[in-house]
Amino acid sequence: MTGKDFTLTISDTAATRSIIVFKNDEDKSLELNKHVLMLYSGSPGDTLHFAEYIQRNVKLYEIKNGIELTPKATATFTRREMANSVRSRKPYNVNLLIAGYDVTTSLPHLYWIDHLGTNATMPYAAHGYGAFYTLSILDKYHRPDISLDEAKAIAKKCIEELKTRFFTNLTGFKVKVSDKDGIREIEI
Amino acid sequence: MDSIVNKFKRSTSTWGDHNMLVNFDVTKEFSLPSFDIPPCHNPIEFLKHNTDEKSNAECRIKFKHGTTTLAFKFQGGIIVSVDSRATAGSVIVTQNIRKIIEINPYLLGTMAGGAADCTFWERELGRRCRLYELRNKERISVSAASKLLGNIVYSFKGMGLSMGTMVVGWDKTGPNIYYVDADGTRLKGDLFSVGSGSPFAYGVLDSAYDFDMSAHDAAELGRRAVYHAAHRDAASGGNIHVYHVKQSGWENLGFRDFDDLHWEYQDQPKPSIIGDVQPMMLNIQD
Repeated sequence: MTGKDFTLTISDTAATRSIIVFKNDEDKSLELNKHVLMLYSGSPGDTLHFAEYIQRNVKLYEIKNGIELTPKATATFTRREMANSVRSRKPYNVNLLIAGYDVTTSLPHLYWIDHLGTNATMPYAAHGYGAFYTLSILDKYHRPDISLDEAKAIAKKCIEELKTRFFTNLTGFKVKVSDKDGIREIEI
Repeated sequence: MDSIVNKFKRSTSTWGDHNMLVNFDVTKEFSLPSFDIPPCHNPIEFLKHNTDEKSNAECRIKFKHGTTTLAFKFQGGIIVSVDSRATAGSVIVTQNIRKIIEINPYLLGTMAGGAADCTFWERELGRRCRLYELRNKERISVSAASKLLGNIVYSFKGMGLSMGTMVVGWDKTGPNIYYVDADGTRLKGDLFSVGSGSPFAYGVLDSAYDFDMSAHDAAELGRRAVYHAAHRDAASGGNIHVYHVKQSGWENLGFRDFDDLHWEYQDQPKPSIIGDVQPMMLNIQD
């Protein structure tokens, strides 16, 4: 979700294959640059492959042109790559959330990109089964100008709801904040 | 002496090819190309068990990972433990296959899934690791080796490769275990078990795991976990191989036959999970 001058993201940390949890401290996000974070979900191999591809291309742009890409630019670039993949022989089955802080306009941004190449700018968004439970909480409590503490409280409510009502025991969550100082992981 | 005599004992008759002529079946040799079908009542039904027609129409043969392999880190390095049974559907093909592939003296790969896929691609990985060493004058890291394998396997995604392997080794950053899968997953971790017997192995491994174990205890835990998995899983068995990866490279700790281990463990009292309870003696009647 976006707040007054930051974006807060939550991702679960379990890497599973059918009934086995292989790893319960997996980070399902990649830092595209100092202020833009990308969260990914979808088919196991596709996700990391596509996400690393985007990360490296963003880095290449920065090395070539010496300027940090804005969140909007990274989202547009990513959507274009996703749209190309949809129209190819074997599309990537990856859903993304791009959360960032634009240092030029001092505004937080959040983009919801799905595996069909849709790009939507949203104040709050979710992918996966968790979306069914958390979107209504965000609908009720989220305002565009919330402070970081309020956002942490909403995030905590979302996680509690998932722990209560989601049928699998999600072993942990990673909460990250992106603001003018960069990206950092926080505890709630 | 005998070999020299035998050289001149061979018949020089041109009728030595008599057998070939007798067995030469014109109908078979010149008929349309054919392939072997399973020698059973209903080959189509038999093959249906081993193929999965619904999930991917382009690639129907789907191998189940009938095996148990595990690897875990502890203070003395890494223990890798595997079973040695190879199954084809409901038939045990061999009880004596090597599921740990020695890529080079400090990198090991485990095999789960299609035997051919694993051995071929891990040998190819060995070749590329060697090329890296020659080009860069230093050993390849486990992370890079697993990434190489992961990328190769990802390029064949959807075409029916079946492998769930762990690339295990000791490099500059210490001991490392990477799990690489045929659908492109690559995970770094401290403890993995792969295969149809893996849930059983996880049970024993997770309940008794302690990072500060001695090397002997760790090897015994690895062996025990695979034993329990082989006991419960039909597709695991044979011999249980254990390897220990140290800073100086891997060491083969040998193998024990599953049946011998079974009777040895039966004779031992079951360990007590809380210290103050007397261990129970098991009296198995059968």
